[in-house]
Amino acid sequence: MSLQVSDLSFSYGPKTALEAVSFSVGHGQFAALLGPNGAGKSTLFSLLTRLFVTQGGTISIAGHDLAAAPLSAMADLGVVFQQSTLDLDLTVQQNLRYFAALHGMSGRSADMRIDAALDRLGMAERAGEKARGLNGGHRRRTEIARALLHQPKVLLLDEPTVGLDAPTRAGLTQHIHDLCSDTGVTVLWATHLTDEVRDRDQVILLHRGQVLADGRCGDLRGDHPLPEYFAQMTGARA
Amino acid sequence: MRHALIAMRAIVLREALRFVHQRERFIAALVRPLVWLLVFAAGFRAALGLSISPPYQTYITYETYIVPGLCGMILLFNGMQSSLSLVYDREMGSMRLLLTAPLSRAWLLFSKLLGSTIISILQVYAFLLVAWLFDITLPGWGYVAVLPALLLGGLMLGALGLALSSFIKQLENFAGVMNFVIFPMFFLSSALYPLWKMAESSELLHDICAANPFTHTVELIRFALYVELNPMALLWTALATVVFMALAVWGYDPARGMMTRKG
Repeated sequence: MSLQVSDLSFSYGPKTALEAVSFSVGHGQFAALLGPNGAGKSTLFSLLTRLFVTQGGTISIAGHDLAAAPLSAMADLGVVFQQSTLDLDLTVQQNLRYFAALHGMSGRSADMRIDAALDRLGMAERAGEKARGLNGGHRRRTEIARALLHQPKVLLLDEPTVGLDAPTRAGLTQHIHDLCSDTGVTVLWATHLTDEVRDRDQVILLHRGQVLADGRCGDLRGDHPLPEYFAQMTGARA
Repeated sequence: MRHALIAMRAIVLREALRFVHQRERFIAALVRPLVWLLVFAAGFRAALGLSISPPYQTYITYETYIVPGLCGMILLFNGMQSSLSLVYDREMGSMRLLLTAPLSRAWLLFSKLLGSTIISILQVYAFLLVAWLFDITLPGWGYVAVLPALLLGGLMLGALGLALSSFIKQLENFAGVMNFVIFPMFFLSSALYPLWKMAESSELLHDICAANPFTHTVELIRFALYVELNPMALLWTALATVVFMALAVWGYDPARGMMTRKG
């Protein structure tokens, strides 16, 4: 398994945010972490990216235990945070160069990877533009290109389509699905928008800090549309 | 090791680029000590008499006396300014990008600190150049000898800012901390008046000033500008750097610091 979460728990003081969360995502799989606001998705992402440390349970990224070998695990992880992390005063290329350096890449090899990543996301022509001048969709594309620079085995995206218009959302969702099948990268895509999930995707349904369901989307929803299934599951436990 | 050095260079360059984009920050950093030097010093000169005390070999003007303190002021304000930018970075999310890099958190924070210190040092040299144009001259080698003192002092004050930023939850809270840290640190030090002068008015104030790490940074700079070493100032400043850096690393530890409390 590329991403394995076992018995993960986390509390903010007396308030439990995650309780015995377990799931795994296989190589090249697109997994949607589906949950309403306040389900614990952002806390889970903070634990997966080591911004928080686990209070109970384990996380394994590409075979590396996050607690025992954090640097190896982080080297195999790409992250797109919900909130933009671009430096708006830098150009697209400068933003990517900075990130490449944080991952130990520099010079010609870094530039080659940057060119390839921007080209793949259709952002090559905007390499010299300042991030401040980009629209929301292009900023997201830049962040995805950046997260893929070091060729991670696992890519985490925390509600990456928030604030984007429908065509841009659809385009990004399609691109990440293609990326999974073309490159074999494992994707965990947190969202509360059911139209971003395909039937063949894995769905991990998180609600009030617990995993309510984990399986292939088509199997889970059966004959019901996914929004209906989602409302049923989360509403029933509300 | 190569990876760590590449990352450090990128972090320092990013700080430099950010500084280039904020010209008003450079001007503010330069104008503040110049106002003290050219306006306040003119008024204080008549009120304050200075005796000969090390490292000075002869009577000096008040303007000459406060130059090391104003160099310290630039480091102090920049240390706090960069910690303000860290709080901003954290709110804007770019701190997350840095902290998720596959390098030790202490190294990443030290790199950030080094970047802001280098920027501060450039501003100090710009100030010394302007002071020189106003006829406040120092020994030639002093301009070189002061570099390590500025580096250590800048790291110490930057580490203090870094530690403070890790405990501040929101940007709005920062102004209060600035008032409770910057002004007491600056005024309760030897930057504007020698400690013996402070002792004349209050022994307690003198003791507080003597314990203030900023006093020792100013003295380290003062002696270095005259190509002399003040071992006690060096020891205190180095010790404070280690303590503040350890506090910063502790504050940014995901298990304890602001990240967890922020939720």
